[in-house]
Amino acid sequence: MPAVPQVDTGLGLPARAGVGLKPEHFRDVLETRPDIGFFEVHAENYMVEGGPYHHFLGRIREHCPLSLHGVGLSIGAEGPLDEAHLDRLAALIKRYQPVSFSEHLAWSSHGEVFLNDLLPVPYDRATLDRVCEHVDRVQARLQRQMLLENPSTYLEFDASTMDEAAFLTEVIRRTGCGLLLDLNNVHVSCVNHGRDALAFIDNLPLDTVGEIHLAGFAIDRDAAGAPLLIDSHGSPVDEVVWGLYAAVLARTGPMPTLLERDTDVPSLATLIAESQRAEDLMSALAEPGRRRICGPRS
Amino acid sequence: MNQANFAAALLAPDLPCPAGLRVWNGSDPAARLAVYRNNVVSSLIDAMADTFPVTQELVGVEFFRAMASVFVRQHPPRSRVLAHYGGEFADFVDGFVPARAVPYLGDIARLERARVLAYHAADADPLTAEMLCVAMASGADLSALQLICHPSTSVLVSAYAIVSLWAAHQGDADLSAVDPTEPESALVVRPGLDVFVLSLPPGGARFVVALHAGAGLADAAGLAAGEATDFDLPNVLALLMRHGALISARTPLSLSQ
Repeated sequence: MPAVPQVDTGLGLPARAGVGLKPEHFRDVLETRPDIGFFEVHAENYMVEGGPYHHFLGRIREHCPLSLHGVGLSIGAEGPLDEAHLDRLAALIKRYQPVSFSEHLAWSSHGEVFLNDLLPVPYDRATLDRVCEHVDRVQARLQRQMLLENPSTYLEFDASTMDEAAFLTEVIRRTGCGLLLDLNNVHVSCVNHGRDALAFIDNLPLDTVGEIHLAGFAIDRDAAGAPLLIDSHGSPVDEVVWGLYAAVLARTGPMPTLLERDTDVPSLATLIAESQRAEDLMSALAEPGRRRICGPRS
Repeated sequence: MNQANFAAALLAPDLPCPAGLRVWNGSDPAARLAVYRNNVVSSLIDAMADTFPVTQELVGVEFFRAMASVFVRQHPPRSRVLAHYGGEFADFVDGFVPARAVPYLGDIARLERARVLAYHAADADPLTAEMLCVAMASGADLSALQLICHPSTSVLVSAYAIVSLWAAHQGDADLSAVDPTEPESALVVRPGLDVFVLSLPPGGARFVVALHAGAGLADAAGLAAGEATDFDLPNVLALLMRHGALISARTPLSLSQ
């Protein structure tokens, strides 16, 4: 068994379980003040002038660390980054001081049109250069390290000249960003492309992981009848994904871990109860009283 | 594959699968592209259903989603912030032939869109009686008093009973008692955490629009009275004050207020 490396989570999220903050839970969170590691919000939902979203996030932020997760920056786009969108992100970061900012290895806009999905990129040299340029620009504009999330994908490209793990490794090496390791995405993509998830994970730079995402998927079939998993965020975490999580924790030690749920959102108590399983797995790794709270990178 | 082709294929189900796509087991990539096509269109329809719940109730889920699927392909979002999406929907509904049996559908969509804009609009503290007293005690001409509306305020004039219809769908009124052809004007405002949808009395809409445009109290009231002889200024002012739709008052001599 490999030694557990001392992983610097990079951006200071506690090595505990967190949940996505949903508007339907705003009041419940303020009234019950649940003991969880952090809340994560989608940045674009808060790019509005005022109103209840800001009212509640400001208050919740006062007693719980915050992770800001972008879904609209379109880092994988062929075109340039949207500087106005970066400005909006910078303003949100200034206002709420999240301990982590993350985005996806994907594109979601083309020209002026926003497609509202995380779309795949070919893993070739030109895309690598462009993604690195974009991550460099994000980190320069936001004045902080960002985490880049591995995607769920349903298609691959003839143009790809490297695999996803090699591509991510090179982006991280060249830009100094961290990895947001989404284990549901790992499982979904590996099933969808006939790969071995543990082998994929072992080819990633696990010492750069700053956060883990867990979520549920839906099951479809492709044209050959093979399973096609859909990253739906609409159901509890699958047992296979919990297995991957335990395997990763054995390699990394306790990690900030987000339980994501974006459709069919259950009660706050149900979400937190599910996230407790991640806390239990982390506690089982650590000696009693030695749960590590990661501080900010110096 | 380039992203222009891919993006075009996502929004147009009749377009063939772009070249250069690969599937590990050699199966047809179109079946996998369909996942992305569905993600894009379904998530946008879901966003529309969130913004326009009463519009959806009026025509039923199946009809609404079919109508919205045409809309999202014709008018995909231009903003990465989905709270801003759907601005063209009410006009689209007005021109959507299969929806003509519900003539007020477009105005209900307008009202629901106004509610979402108000929900996310800038915050401001409502005008207090004390602030009003200060403005009026300055010795200035009261007829020139300028009342500034809350940034979330909007007014919607309709040939249909949009406020009553909307309220009935909140369980606040009996739908069968509503005459849809009774014209109503709506005031939408969010002074705190909750959005109010109120029916404005005759001339009220004209009055608020005039205030918005910077008219003084007398001019705004004059415009409203010219439109509705029974315009009741104290009643409308009380309604606006009570619902936090005014945030400041100033006269030409007290511009600092």
